[in-house]
Amino acid sequence: MNDPIISINGLNKTYQGGFQALTRVDLTIQRGEIFALLGPNGAGKTTLISVVCGLVNPTQGEVIIDGFDSVRDYRQARERIGLVPQELTNEAFETVWNTVSFSRGLFGKAPNPAHIEKVLKSLALWDKRDNRLMTLSGGMKRRVLIAKALSHEPRILFLDEPTAGVDVELRRDMWDVVRGLRESGVTIILTTHYIEEAEEMADRIGVINRGEIVLVEEKAALMQKLGSKQLTLQLQTPLDELPEALQLEALSLAAEGLELVYTYDGRQAEEGHGIPALLATLEREGITFKDLHTRQSSLEDIFVDLVKERA
Amino acid sequence: MNLYPVRAIYMAEMARTRRTLLQSIVSPVISTSLYFVVFGAAIGSRISEIGGVSYGAFIVPGLIMLMLLTQSVSNASFGIFFPKFSGSIYEILSAPISYLEVVIGYVGAAASKSILLGLIILGTSSFFVPLQIAHPFWMLTFLVLTAVTFSLLGFIIGIWADGFDKLQLVPLLVITPLTFLGGSFYSIDMLPPFWQNVTLANPVVYLVSGFRWSFYGISDVSIVASVAMISLFLIASLATIAWIFRTGYRLKP
Repeated sequence: MNDPIISINGLNKTYQGGFQALTRVDLTIQRGEIFALLGPNGAGKTTLISVVCGLVNPTQGEVIIDGFDSVRDYRQARERIGLVPQELTNEAFETVWNTVSFSRGLFGKAPNPAHIEKVLKSLALWDKRDNRLMTLSGGMKRRVLIAKALSHEPRILFLDEPTAGVDVELRRDMWDVVRGLRESGVTIILTTHYIEEAEEMADRIGVINRGEIVLVEEKAALMQKLGSKQLTLQLQTPLDELPEALQLEALSLAAEGLELVYTYDGRQAEEGHGIPALLATLEREGITFKDLHTRQSSLEDIFVDLVKERA
Repeated sequence: MNLYPVRAIYMAEMARTRRTLLQSIVSPVISTSLYFVVFGAAIGSRISEIGGVSYGAFIVPGLIMLMLLTQSVSNASFGIFFPKFSGSIYEILSAPISYLEVVIGYVGAAASKSILLGLIILGTSSFFVPLQIAHPFWMLTFLVLTAVTFSLLGFIIGIWADGFDKLQLVPLLVITPLTFLGGSFYSIDMLPPFWQNVTLANPVVYLVSGFRWSFYGISDVSIVASVAMISLFLIASLATIAWIFRTGYRLKP
């Protein structure tokens, strides 16, 4: 798949006080994908989104959105984008219907009550359409922000920490909404520090740290490449120390010699020579085990390792 | 130009006015009417005519101008300040609209409301004092130009202000004193010569004088000077707003 909808080239952002928020960011987002941008607080996620959406002026570099320069052709570029900000920013005294209709008009689209109705129904907001925003719960307000962003039928949707402060049930509802949007052809870029969220939804993952893109990878490939696995064997008889044939860096004893722990990465697993070789050695050495279990590192483990490595 | 965003901003601002009808319309009308009661009926009957116009009628253009200036500045400044304060300005800044469309939407709504208020007060004043409008075209021209110009000024203040206190700073500490000292309640001919010259440095004098001329054909300064002054204000405000949007001052980091 090589059909970029957003191309970010050599983007730098230095704020007035001298703080460099983005350093030579190059990033391509493919049409129709869900891209998760991960990074610790202050890494530059929101600044990057803000530059793409026109909220922050870049110091250097360019952003091309569906073939249009975000500065020179700002009208064509911006009409393709919907933005759901991190903060719950709403006109408190407006009704749901009015505020969503306002957003559609603001983005230069003719009134279309049927579309607004469809959006509100898809986000379970239809019953609340005449309610003032100040009377809604936090989760509902976030849905309203999504409805506003979808009111003008964007092709690209930016979700900046979409489930921050949202309870587990609502978070899962939100994920379903996002998946539904992707199925309708919308490209989705989400920033999050809930690794679980990226793991659950993203096709590709980008990690940003201190204003630099540390890596961009298919989620599955990333987990395979960087995710380590652990095989724990529960031994029949405890070992005081590992026999010479098992003196490997990847092997260690735990639980007072009752567990043998083998740590290996995804590539070894794929090549398949790690575990069979170990089991053969155990048999040769006469070491027996009564049970075993494996554990794969999560995206969170990978993320923490990456950020730590670059710190 | 895309008219949908302009309409969206304009209608949203006017809807805010409707939601706060008591504060937006009724309150300024009542306070201006009180001026008529106090200065027009109670005190005005003891003051002799000025330029052949009764004192009650003489102060009508000045009072309308006082309300027009303060309300235009307040409406427009609050209109753009509130989205900044609440954070919803992100939507305006990320929308595919030009700066001109944003200004027309916000300033157009603020000016519309002020003009409406001006006309209501004009109608109300006719219940208290005998009115005549010698130059209706110029009366409307001054009304519209002043409302637009001071709404532009309000828009600038709304962008500059980083708190509610600053929002009130200019209307309370600059606009109101300049209007009171700008010949709203007196002709500058009534001042000693030194203060007459000092008063000519007050730009509001030219606005009040020009507006009063459109009613009664009497003025403190020439009509050309009045038109030039309001035009100068308009150009200065437009230039400042153009600079704000070009640099992103207080809008885009």
